[in-house]
Amino acid sequence: MRVPYEWMADYCDPGLEPRVLAEKMAMTGTEVERVVTLGPPSAERFVIGKVLEVEKHPDADRLNVCQVDTGDGERTIVCGAPNVAAGQTVVVALPGAVMPGGMKIKQAKLRGVESNGMICSERELELGEGHDGILVLGDGPAPGTPAVELLPLAEPVLELEVTPNRTDCFGIYGVAREAHAISGAGLAAPPWDGGPIGPGLASEPDEIDRLDDPVGEESTADRVRIVVQDDDLCPRFTARGYTDVKVGPSPLWLKARLIAAGMRPISNVVDITNYVMWLTGQPMHAYDLDLVPEGELIIRRAENGEKVAALDGSEYELNDRMVAVADRNGLAGIGGMMGGSVSEVSESTTTVLMEAANWNGPNVLRTSRDLGLRSEASARFEKQLHPDLTLRAQAVAARLMVEICGATPMTGLVDVAATPPLEKPIRLRSGRVERVLGMAISTDRQAEALTMLGFGVERDGEDLLVSVPPDRFFDVTREIDLVEEVGRISDLDRNLPATLPSGAGRPGGLSRQQALQRRAEDSLRESGFDEMVGWSFTDPAETDRLRLAEEDPRSSTVRLANPLSEDQSVMRTILLGSVLGAAQRNLARGADRVALFESGRVYLPAGEFGPGPLGGDFPGNTRPPSNEPQHLCAVMVGPIDPASWRGESGATDFFALKGVLEHLAGGLGTSVTVEQVPGIPAEPFLHPGKSGPVVLDGRPIGWIGEVHPSVAAEYDLEGAVAFEIALADLLESSKVGEESYADFTQFPPVDRDLAVLVDEGTHAARVVDTVEEAGGELLTSVSVFDVYSGEGVGEGQKSLALRLRFRAPDRTLSDEEIEPVWQAIIDALAESGGTLRG
Amino acid sequence: MVERIEEIQLEGMAEVEAAGTAAELEEVRVRYLGRKAELTGILRGIADLPAEQRGPVGGTGNKVRKALEAAIESKVEGLNNAELEKTLAEDRIDVTLPGSPARAVGHIHPITRTRRLIEDVMIGLGYQVMEGPEVEHDYYNFTALNHPEGHPARMLQDTFYVEDERHVEQVLLRTHTSPMQVRAMEAAPPPLFMIVPGKTYRRDSDATHSPMFHQVEGLAVGEGITLADLKGTLLAMLREIFGPDREIRMRPHFFPFTEPSVEFDVSCFRCGGSGSLEDGSRCGLCKGIGWIELGGAGMVDPNVFGFVADAGYDPDSVTGFAFGFGIERIAMLRHGVGDLRLFFDNDVRMLEQFS
Repeated sequence: MRVPYEWMADYCDPGLEPRVLAEKMAMTGTEVERVVTLGPPSAERFVIGKVLEVEKHPDADRLNVCQVDTGDGERTIVCGAPNVAAGQTVVVALPGAVMPGGMKIKQAKLRGVESNGMICSERELELGEGHDGILVLGDGPAPGTPAVELLPLAEPVLELEVTPNRTDCFGIYGVAREAHAISGAGLAAPPWDGGPIGPGLASEPDEIDRLDDPVGEESTADRVRIVVQDDDLCPRFTARGYTDVKVGPSPLWLKARLIAAGMRPISNVVDITNYVMWLTGQPMHAYDLDLVPEGELIIRRAENGEKVAALDGSEYELNDRMVAVADRNGLAGIGGMMGGSVSEVSESTTTVLMEAANWNGPNVLRTSRDLGLRSEASARFEKQLHPDLTLRAQAVAARLMVEICGATPMTGLVDVAATPPLEKPIRLRSGRVERVLGMAISTDRQAEALTMLGFGVERDGEDLLVSVPPDRFFDVTREIDLVEEVGRISDLDRNLPATLPSGAGRPGGLSRQQALQRRAEDSLRESGFDEMVGWSFTDPAETDRLRLAEEDPRSSTVRLANPLSEDQSVMRTILLGSVLGAAQRNLARGADRVALFESGRVYLPAGEFGPGPLGGDFPGNTRPPSNEPQHLCAVMVGPIDPASWRGESGATDFFALKGVLEHLAGGLGTSVTVEQVPGIPAEPFLHPGKSGPVVLDGRPIGWIGEVHPSVAAEYDLEGAVAFEIALADLLESSKVGEESYADFTQFPPVDRDLAVLVDEGTHAARVVDTVEEAGGELLTSVSVFDVYSGEGVGEGQKSLALRLRFRAPDRTLSDEEIEPVWQAIIDALAESGGTLRG
Repeated sequence: MVERIEEIQLEGMAEVEAAGTAAELEEVRVRYLGRKAELTGILRGIADLPAEQRGPVGGTGNKVRKALEAAIESKVEGLNNAELEKTLAEDRIDVTLPGSPARAVGHIHPITRTRRLIEDVMIGLGYQVMEGPEVEHDYYNFTALNHPEGHPARMLQDTFYVEDERHVEQVLLRTHTSPMQVRAMEAAPPPLFMIVPGKTYRRDSDATHSPMFHQVEGLAVGEGITLADLKGTLLAMLREIFGPDREIRMRPHFFPFTEPSVEFDVSCFRCGGSGSLEDGSRCGLCKGIGWIELGGAGMVDPNVFGFVADAGYDPDSVTGFAFGFGIERIAMLRHGVGDLRLFFDNDVRMLEQFS
């Protein structure tokens, strides 16, 4: 909302530098985005001139040499505008004047003719957008008069960022009232109640009475018939007719105010509607009444597919959720949005119908969204205006129509109104302000603040009974809203103490899951991985790149209805794609090795939650619409270690990453295995022979492996290895903090090694399982310390060397005691197809 | 004879002293204490001496022998030490070379680091940390936060909607972390002190807006909680994050789910809030204003409590405050990161700057 300072000053001049006022407004709830100066930086050296003579320039066809009276005598000015003519009253920038943009006017020779200034156009002064040459003023002002007396030059304009609750600040008068409450400076009566309506216009408090007095020969009700078919969508529609309207350009002050406010002057009648909107916050629309058949307007829901040609030159197709203004022939406007061109006011218009209506805010908002059309009117209506504002607008418009267009108002309004919203005073309990703010404000001061803001205040014992003016009606509805009003203009920032909540002590802290999450992330950091944060949304083609089958649950995605782009149109169901993508970019940018991990969520349309919030089980009564478990994904490519003076490290491989995974699990006081689980197929994006599920207590919680060569090729990441696990499941098994001490024995262990030949396809873990099972209590650990195949080992076989450790808690073991156990182990191995070697 | 023995002692001691290596010392030992040594001979021949000489010669001889033995012993130790030192001194490596194997150093993302910092500060103030869903029901993101259907405040946030036929109400990507206010209150009665860090989404993308970003929500509800408590809490938090000299500014604002609502700023930590630097130039960080905008806050609107009245939140007995701000914003300010998009580009040359 652009607020020209001098316009606001008609009602309240806080006597503050615009920047100081802006600061004060910011500290009371209305952000001032910036203060701009319209036109030249200073109004000095801009004067009124009278063109006395115009001659063609002797050496330039398109230039004119003008003699201009600027009050201090006659001066020669060379002017390029085609419309310059003797007798015109113009604005002259004298040498020394600075134009908008910073150009300084100097005495100069133009093609050999001395020019002592410049005759200005609307555009050059930033007063308008006219392209047709210099600005020609009406007769009257004497040459030499400072131009600023007639035109808003160097005009400060406040650009307010009005919050959507403050519909009052979408009108100049509302902003003036705000300035009054902030500064304490006086406030003039509102323009609809006898206050000023414009420079040089009579302020006649009685004029409002004309609304119902028989002023014209005709009465509005005789010429106009309004039918509101849906008073939910149109709670109030007021209309007033005018005859003898003289359409033409607006006076300069009115045009200048509109331009300063950011609107384009069109013609006096249209300008009046915009001016009234800017002043009161209530939009209006003017119809050429002669173009409205029988003067009849019907406010109704549009029919599906019904079209209307709007004032912006576009045609809009409406539907039956939208409200339209129709005449007998068809649509004449879109309710709350924009009028139609069918009854547009033109130069030949002599009879006008002025509409000030009230529309259903949410409906306007939806229509605006659905049509992709937003107007100054809809921006106001969508926030829900009070129906009574229509009368304010009609009152101000009537005075302007008489003063500016010489119109004769028809007698009376046609006013079709539904039941007005119920007005009920709000009780502001004594002590409530202090209880919410934590700062005492006396009841007197509370009453004063509310009164200055335009509320009606009555005392009721210690309490206040507050009635709300119509332009604050939908914003201030409860006691708490009054507390805010009082607080915000009580210099809250300076006066409010800074305290901490008192009351019962409460333990703050991370949950066990959150603490362990940090430990898990830090483990990967310690293993040399860089943490990354990938986009939650991804390309739907990613599931194809990862070779996920259509029936794979990860191929069903949460899909956005309005994505920014197709690339970001579905929520990821796996982190791998993000991490591979980041690894790819880093290699392309010259990194020679990449170790990245991400701790982030995946988004599955369905499925069971894991444990706790990291498993997707969030607090609240309603289950979240999707399943969002936290995953941990790591990708490694290139050498295991950075290049070193001691030689190259080997390329990363499955076991390098498995070590990282084991380190992660070990650091959490748990352990995982990698082994086939019946019914769990190989991951399609992994090398089938160099991958497997990550298993915890017999249950898969993720996968690890070398990335499938054809997937790796998609990302230019040959030899990459990766794992991804459901974090909550891993953390759930953590024993951190839950360890119970077990007495360790002083008696020495007995270590024995054995080598066993097995089929090449036999998993080491299976052999270890066999040994452990047969070993009983005395066998405390088994580890694989060598794997060999080749010479001396039969074709299709491999030799596994195992170290077995035996120990008893209460004695030193003798060979005799170990022997039967050892034999049982050998037998078990033989039974499962292993041959003891050597 | 006794005199000769004393001479031997003097000569022997001198030679022990003079020996420079273990080999020389061994030579000395053989010469004075060996089987063929003069002293050995004298002691061996004692029996042949006259009776009156046997006592003094034997006594002196044995004393000298012990003295020489001790001297040699201690000299051996000294020589060994010196030789070890000499060997060690020659056995040198370049200790400035990198350790081996050269282990990669990992890094935690600046957003995670910043999030943890904020969490730790708020934990110290007695808050719990909670997580909430990012794909959320309209109810939690808007309706229960006092944004009724058709309310223009919904337009303030460009929302990503989810295609979803299973739910009657719209499903969306949460536009703020605030939906967890309602979920947390549904789950536990007051007093409630919690923060919610997490990802949020708005349909906006340019140098200063990312369609995905991170926020921290704070909520404190209990008896007698005031706007002044909000100010004190934010001030304590900001001083932990930006330094003990920081001040806070609260500007009244509008949010549908708080009343009164404020925006809060922290005094600029580069110029100290003056808006200009020591050389008189305008402070680029706060653009000469002296204040840096951080987030929104306010007292929980009674209408929001109305949605969780069954869970024990009666607006006449409890009050509360809520606040929210962006994690990226804090990380950018603390670490001088100029472009929001760097956080999601994951270039290791950026990540490696944050250990």
